[in-house]
Amino acid sequence: MPECVSGDFKPLSISEMAARVATDIPEGWYVNLGIGIPMLVSERLSSQREVVFQCENGILGMGPSPAPDAIDPWLINAAKQHVTLRVGGSFCHHADSFAMIRGGHLDLSVLGAFEVAENGDIANWATLEKDTPLGVGGAMDLATGAKRVWVVMEHTTKDGRPRLVRRCTYPLTALGTVKRIYTNLAVLDVAPQGFVVTEMIPGMTVESLQARTEAKLFSAL
Amino acid sequence: MINKFVNSVAEAMADVRDGAVVLVGGFGEVGQPRALIDGLIEHGARELILVHNNAGVGQFGLARLLELGRIRKVICSFPRSSGSVVFQQLYKEGKIELELVPQGTLAERIRAAGAGVTAFYTPTAAGTKLGEGKETRQFNGKLCVLEHALYGDIALVEAWCADRWGNLTYKETGRNFNPIMATAAKLTVVQTHHTMQLGALDPESIITPGIFVDRIVHIPNGNAPSSWST
Repeated sequence: MPECVSGDFKPLSISEMAARVATDIPEGWYVNLGIGIPMLVSERLSSQREVVFQCENGILGMGPSPAPDAIDPWLINAAKQHVTLRVGGSFCHHADSFAMIRGGHLDLSVLGAFEVAENGDIANWATLEKDTPLGVGGAMDLATGAKRVWVVMEHTTKDGRPRLVRRCTYPLTALGTVKRIYTNLAVLDVAPQGFVVTEMIPGMTVESLQARTEAKLFSAL
Repeated sequence: MINKFVNSVAEAMADVRDGAVVLVGGFGEVGQPRALIDGLIEHGARELILVHNNAGVGQFGLARLLELGRIRKVICSFPRSSGSVVFQQLYKEGKIELELVPQGTLAERIRAAGAGVTAFYTPTAAGTKLGEGKETRQFNGKLCVLEHALYGDIALVEAWCADRWGNLTYKETGRNFNPIMATAAKLTVVQTHHTMQLGALDPESIITPGIFVDRIVHIPNGNAPSSWST
């Protein structure tokens, strides 16, 4: 991901975005990390802190990637990458795994997204491509069932189109469930009145952020 | 004496009928009953409805079954895995039907079938494209969609250990859909890496009790996921 310097601010890299999310996750939470930038969050959390990562394919207590000579072919995450199990970790079948997700047991689901709307709607599963099959995986369950849903994504698309919008244009994943968004430019809460800016990168102004956002911004700064 | 072990994959796959709904365990290649899938290819049944999380990768196993034109419809959550080329080509040509189901709803529909629950309401997919055309109802202010149990004619399951009563254990993330699929089909066929004497499995550790299992075939060291090409 290019770290483009524009004006007098420097957007966060994806690994800095993941690190920023990690600082807000308290010890003791059960957390599912979506595929993409969210998965980087686990690498940015100290293993000294007991945050328990859940994988939809039946792991509670996912550990870091194994050393190349210690790969266990039976132990994969939702992205089908080899992982490890933490001490205290456990396995379960798919219906129990999704009972954790859909039954409101996860403290947090961190997802990537194409768009988030000011009412908390999220679009993150379907592209607008024609004649290729769509895939949903666990996206709708994760966006619907967790106690809180946070999104981590670039503030705009590569060609500068805002991703924080009044209403999603991509097909919806879930309605009104996103509580907070971490972008490469700011942290925003989804409140009854809309997006509330709670943090910005150095050099960013609310005016400049608004110019990159379709929906109206409210500032808590 | 109860003995659910059979001597060959062909014996295990006997009686699969054309048009059968086939539940196949596995998430990616882990926990997938590869020898039984090859047995289904050999068997030759057609017009099958495949229920599986994905839609096959490469040219082997489920992808081969698709390529041979044996599958009429796929019910899955994610047919877009990299290497899922056979399915994507058939889809593009309009030669296969796809029912896309959120993964948790897929798991719950299978569990419901196994538990005698005909249908249930869930908020997942409500108000989205995948909820279109489904009955909806509000519960505690939440919009929910009605989802129906997903029954199989046959379930193909991969276990780690099995005894002659059909008690099963699984290995790590190889468990995935296997235990719920074992409960949801009229005929449950298992391939197992290891066989155990009756009584040797710790009763506290048995994941699938034998009542859910009909036939078991021993595939020693069969299909360790690392040996597969993706």
